[in-house]
Amino acid sequence: MSDTFIYAIEVFINGLMAGVLYALVALGFVLIYKASGIFNYAQGVMALFAAMTLVGIMEGQVPFSHLINATFGTSIHHFGWHVPAVLAIIFTMGVMILLAWAVNHFIMRHLVNQEPIILFMATIGLAYFMEGFGDLMWGADIKKLDIGLPQGLNTWIDDTTYQAFGYGFFIDNLDIVAAIVAALLVTVLVIFSQYTKQGRAMRAVADDHQAALSVGVSLNFIWVMVWSVAGFVALVAGIMWGAKSGVQFSLSLIALKALPVLMLGGFTSIPGAIVGGLIIGVGEKLFEFFVGPMLGGATENWFAYVLALIFLVFRPQGLFGEKIIERV
Amino acid sequence: MLYREAGDFKKTYAEDNQTFPIKFDRWRYYAVLLVAFLVVPFMVNDYWLNAVLLPFLIYAIAAIGLNILVGYCGQVSLGTGGFMAVGAYAVYKLMTSFPEVSLFIHVILAGAITAVVGVLFGLPSLRIKGFYLAVATLAAQFFLVWLFNKVPWFYNYSASGQINAPDRTLFGQLISGPSADAWAKYMFCLVFTVVVAIVARNLTRGAQGRQWMAIRDMDIAAEIIGVDPLKAKLTAFAVSSFFIGISGALFFSIYLGAVEVGEVFGITKSFLVLFMIIIGGLGSIFGSFAGAAFLVLMPVFLKNVLVGGLGWPTDLAAHLEFMIVGALIVTFLILEPHGLAQLWRVAKEKLRLWPFPH
Repeated sequence: MSDTFIYAIEVFINGLMAGVLYALVALGFVLIYKASGIFNYAQGVMALFAAMTLVGIMEGQVPFSHLINATFGTSIHHFGWHVPAVLAIIFTMGVMILLAWAVNHFIMRHLVNQEPIILFMATIGLAYFMEGFGDLMWGADIKKLDIGLPQGLNTWIDDTTYQAFGYGFFIDNLDIVAAIVAALLVTVLVIFSQYTKQGRAMRAVADDHQAALSVGVSLNFIWVMVWSVAGFVALVAGIMWGAKSGVQFSLSLIALKALPVLMLGGFTSIPGAIVGGLIIGVGEKLFEFFVGPMLGGATENWFAYVLALIFLVFRPQGLFGEKIIERV
Repeated sequence: MLYREAGDFKKTYAEDNQTFPIKFDRWRYYAVLLVAFLVVPFMVNDYWLNAVLLPFLIYAIAAIGLNILVGYCGQVSLGTGGFMAVGAYAVYKLMTSFPEVSLFIHVILAGAITAVVGVLFGLPSLRIKGFYLAVATLAAQFFLVWLFNKVPWFYNYSASGQINAPDRTLFGQLISGPSADAWAKYMFCLVFTVVVAIVARNLTRGAQGRQWMAIRDMDIAAEIIGVDPLKAKLTAFAVSSFFIGISGALFFSIYLGAVEVGEVFGITKSFLVLFMIIIGGLGSIFGSFAGAAFLVLMPVFLKNVLVGGLGWPTDLAAHLEFMIVGALIVTFLILEPHGLAQLWRVAKEKLRLWPFPH
């Protein structure tokens, strides 16, 4: 077997792993879009905010310490305790639920019946607000997120492939964990939406707001719940991305990467988000591997968008999206 | 009292069709122009120019351009930063390749080049709509920025990858480069802003503008009553990109002088201009000015109050600015989806009846 082919396989597998991470972010988008028709641009910032909060709680940071110090001339920064990871995750989830309630109570409730594009812009505003809020609360420095996930080269795969091909594949343990977590998350979400009472109510709301209201489903509750679930997905994505590349501003930009994933898969489909994520992950890695050197590299910046753009011209609703029917 | 149409008789069609039909409004408009052209140039200094006036004028052009696409034609675009970069790099290549030609012509040509690029990226809008289109324009944003970063021909093989505006004169007066006078830079941008605003205003109230608005309100219905969606959408992309290209060219050649594409024309610029037209008012030329003024002045104001007045560190002020911008966007969308322009309209209605509202 030629070397290029083996390298290509390695690139392919790494692409799949990256795709899983994209799919994680995209999932959050799909959930909210299905349930409330809101295209939530703030999903990436929610992931960043969740990761920041998690680190902050674990390290016992004092929230708004910079602000307090600047106003009162004090110099506090840490409480001086460390919270174990599991407890911190539960606390963070609490914060995300609070956030979901606040978003619904202060923003989305007032925007019922507005055009989708207005809602989209409102979530851009929300994203900006949360970005500033998160930085103000926890500080803008790059933080290390370590909740004890395995990291680094997976030696078993390295050894096995070395014996088989004479070349050891480099696959990060963290990526494998991420893939497993993503699979678990999707399973849990599917079970939740198919077999629980709340899940069924959620699907009813997604299907028809008014019909759901008329049979006694509380829209407010469902929306808070959906935003909480999206917050949970954001937390998982934030943990994975944060462990991979540190908790920093660029984390919120993965939301932008999730957009072409969604377009490819279709906005309304959970399997679409996953398949789209994998296609984008593999596509951009392989493109960078084969074509990138000819173009001067860093094609990952735009490949996903251009792929989605070209794809959409031929199939405007994406791979698994509902067919768009237009009436006057 | 103010804004009265009583006693203002229109005797010809031309008078009836003028841009500002109310006499008071017309005089106010002339007064603003008079101040802008004859008073401000004598008072302007470098701080005011670089902190407020130049960004305001240039962003106003970009906002008018984007407003034509988003506000009038309903095609949401997140590629403004990329198109501004096209304008900037086009004017740079023109300035360095043809140094004997006036910068005035270069800027217009740069706009034309951007218009061609805009039409190219506007082609998918015939198939893709709504959010899908918004994301598709992100392709333009990221691809163009990458292109200007990676192809050395665009930055004339300079070692730093930056582009620097050479000194150019107009009527014997230096207008670009670091040693140009404040008033000359100001006047150059002002002329462009005023002309763009007049052209945009007249385009949008004519047949072309009505076609755009028909497409915005419901494209299928518009097609049935005989609006050609291909023509309407692509002209919107072309005109919008033309203006955005001009603003990008001015942003580089007059305002900054040196540009590194990823920093200056990144995705944040696209959002900034989008916010300007949301806060200012979608589908309004006045709104574009108001939004640009608001988002240019607010950071300056915050910085002066928080950093200068309260002595906070600059990074805190920057975070707070993010929060305020975000909160304002949401507040405007909830309370007044038509932006500052609508507030202005309401104020005018009130003024017409004041002080006898019944």
